Amino acid sequence: MEIIDILLAASFWEAAIRIATPLIFGVLGALICERAGVLNLGIEGIFTAGAMAGWMAVWLGAGLWGGVLVAALAGGFFGLIHAILTVPLGLSQHVSGIGVTLLATSLSYFTYRTALPDVSSPPRIEPFRPLDIPFLSDLPFIGQALFSQTAMTMLALVLVFVTGWVLYRTPLGLAIRAVGDNPSSVEAQGLSVYGLRIGAVVVGSSLMALGGAFLTMSAFDAFFFGMINGRGWVCIALTVFASWRPGKALIGALLFGAFDAFQVRLQTEVGAFLPSQVFLMMPYILSIIALIVVARKADYPKALLVPWFKGQR
Amino acid sequence: MIRFEPRSNPGPLLVYGVPVLAATIAILLAAIPLALAGAPIVEAYGLMISGAFGSVFSTSEMLTRATPLILTGLAAAIAFRAKLWNIGAEGQLYMGAMAAVAVGSGVIDGPSWVMIPVVIIAGMAVGALMLIGPTLLKTRLGVDEVVTTLLLNFIVLLFVQMMLEGALKDPMSMGWPQSEPIIDSAAFPALLERMRVHIGLLIALVSAVALAIFVKRTVWGFEIRAVGENAAAARFSGISVTKTMILVAALSGGLAGLAGVSEVAGTRGYLATDLSPGYGYAGIVVAMLARLSPIGVIASALFVASVFVGADSMSRAIGVSSYLADLIVAMALLCVLIGGFLTRFRVHFDRKSAQG
Repeated sequence: MEIIDILLAASFWEAAIRIATPLIFGVLGALICERAGVLNLGIEGIFTAGAMAGWMAVWLGAGLWGGVLVAALAGGFFGLIHAILTVPLGLSQHVSGIGVTLLATSLSYFTYRTALPDVSSPPRIEPFRPLDIPFLSDLPFIGQALFSQTAMTMLALVLVFVTGWVLYRTPLGLAIRAVGDNPSSVEAQGLSVYGLRIGAVVVGSSLMALGGAFLTMSAFDAFFFGMINGRGWVCIALTVFASWRPGKALIGALLFGAFDAFQVRLQTEVGAFLPSQVFLMMPYILSIIALIVVARKADYPKALLVPWFKGQR
Repeated sequence: MIRFEPRSNPGPLLVYGVPVLAATIAILLAAIPLALAGAPIVEAYGLMISGAFGSVFSTSEMLTRATPLILTGLAAAIAFRAKLWNIGAEGQLYMGAMAAVAVGSGVIDGPSWVMIPVVIIAGMAVGALMLIGPTLLKTRLGVDEVVTTLLLNFIVLLFVQMMLEGALKDPMSMGWPQSEPIIDSAAFPALLERMRVHIGLLIALVSAVALAIFVKRTVWGFEIRAVGENAAAARFSGISVTKTMILVAALSGGLAGLAGVSEVAGTRGYLATDLSPGYGYAGIVVAMLARLSPIGVIASALFVASVFVGADSMSRAIGVSSYLADLIVAMALLCVLIGGFLTRFRVHFDRKSAQG
């Protein structure tokens, strides 16, 4: 009975969508990279870089959308490093990705510490406000759950449709999907395999960085060390769960957000009986379970992890 | 137009020179962030060197730091040899440490020659199990081990936190979440009087030599290399890939677990959630810098440890953030990756544009 009450509350779905937003950005970014054949384990560090760079730009006076742009550029920069190492040089995508995560994380932390050497409490910015759309935000239930989110959540939802449209309805999308399945066929069409893959990794990494920026500029108003806390890795798991489709990515992220919002509420109900860590573990355990559930039928892009060199047949 | 031509047989100068060059470039690149932070660059480098090698004390600190890095570096090296992407050494380290505390903080007691092997075996066994799970998921169900081992790091840290506030909590710790101390008979003795460096270092060195012999000279070692180079061909020639993967998982997880035992029984004396500042992840860098060679791991762990200890000491002296060390280590990883490419390929710059 109480569970039904929780699930029917607009505030519950408002929280679920808010928790899902960074994951939507992250899964979209990861699936664009992987659809082009490149696993991007730089995601955890790129989240951190987006969170730090976006926040710092706003703190220095760039304005909120200026911060979003800076975060995207930072993500694109680290994506470019990963792309150069893994596409034309064909180096191990696993190791390069871990390297990019270590680099992006340490560079973000170093920059933050250097800019703000001795602050006891992290400085705050004025983050994105909840939207107040005439009529829509006043609708019962959905007005609070969906139309009172911030502009960044709306951007994430729009990007789901844009990504789906580009991947499935445009020649560019066809080329990106082909380059992750059979790169030689793409070269036979006279298109550049390197160009498509590098472009996909850079764009995908920019989206990942927006996921981080959402945390410091919308969900919270400050940057903390360790604030990404595995969200990037969760996105890699959700990408497999979503079978590399933007629509399913949205559903996966929302399910995850709903579950996370639910466990927080459950914690207040039965928290006295179980240690809080049991609840905090749930998102990670859920991600592993999601991977196990889909493992048998997961249809990985055929050329994922496989380097391809120019002139190769 | 740039062309890459595979080298048939890279010479020893290239094989050994490239990692050294990569490490040097990473150190030199650190001048850029140092300059941007407004630090006196030459003085900063001097402080880093004296911080790691300037006195018996600082060298002992450096060797103490190198001990877990050798072990997690070996864990990554053996796993990556077989293309088992174990990114979960951090979690395996904590579980190993927890197992050591569970049996070594007074539940049982005995002479040192019994208790030290007991905590080591407990920690290695639990560390091994932590990787055998994801490996079975990979071989049986096709679940990607990269993501499962990564996510397990977070689960393990929360689990350790939970145990430290519950069953393993030290009632004498005044509310700090830390375990009861390791009893004297299970503690690793120090190598030098009044210094922190302990027999964990010798255990790590012996492990490196033993692993090198194992990989080079035994049938199992040959099978591991064969599976890593070409799993399909290995299977065709009658090697059980699943069995080999589980053996690798046991070795890799066990070594990471041993790093946890060594930290808890040698360096710290009790378990807390800040036992490891990312030794599991740094082990990946150590292994890559060593080009996955167990003996090479010793050298690269010493390098990474001196960067950490040197940068820490420099940071205390002139106030530059000690995240500089993590930055240097990350850059070293990317440099050695590129260097590895240059060992395998010769780069040609052609004046003419490509003809089709």
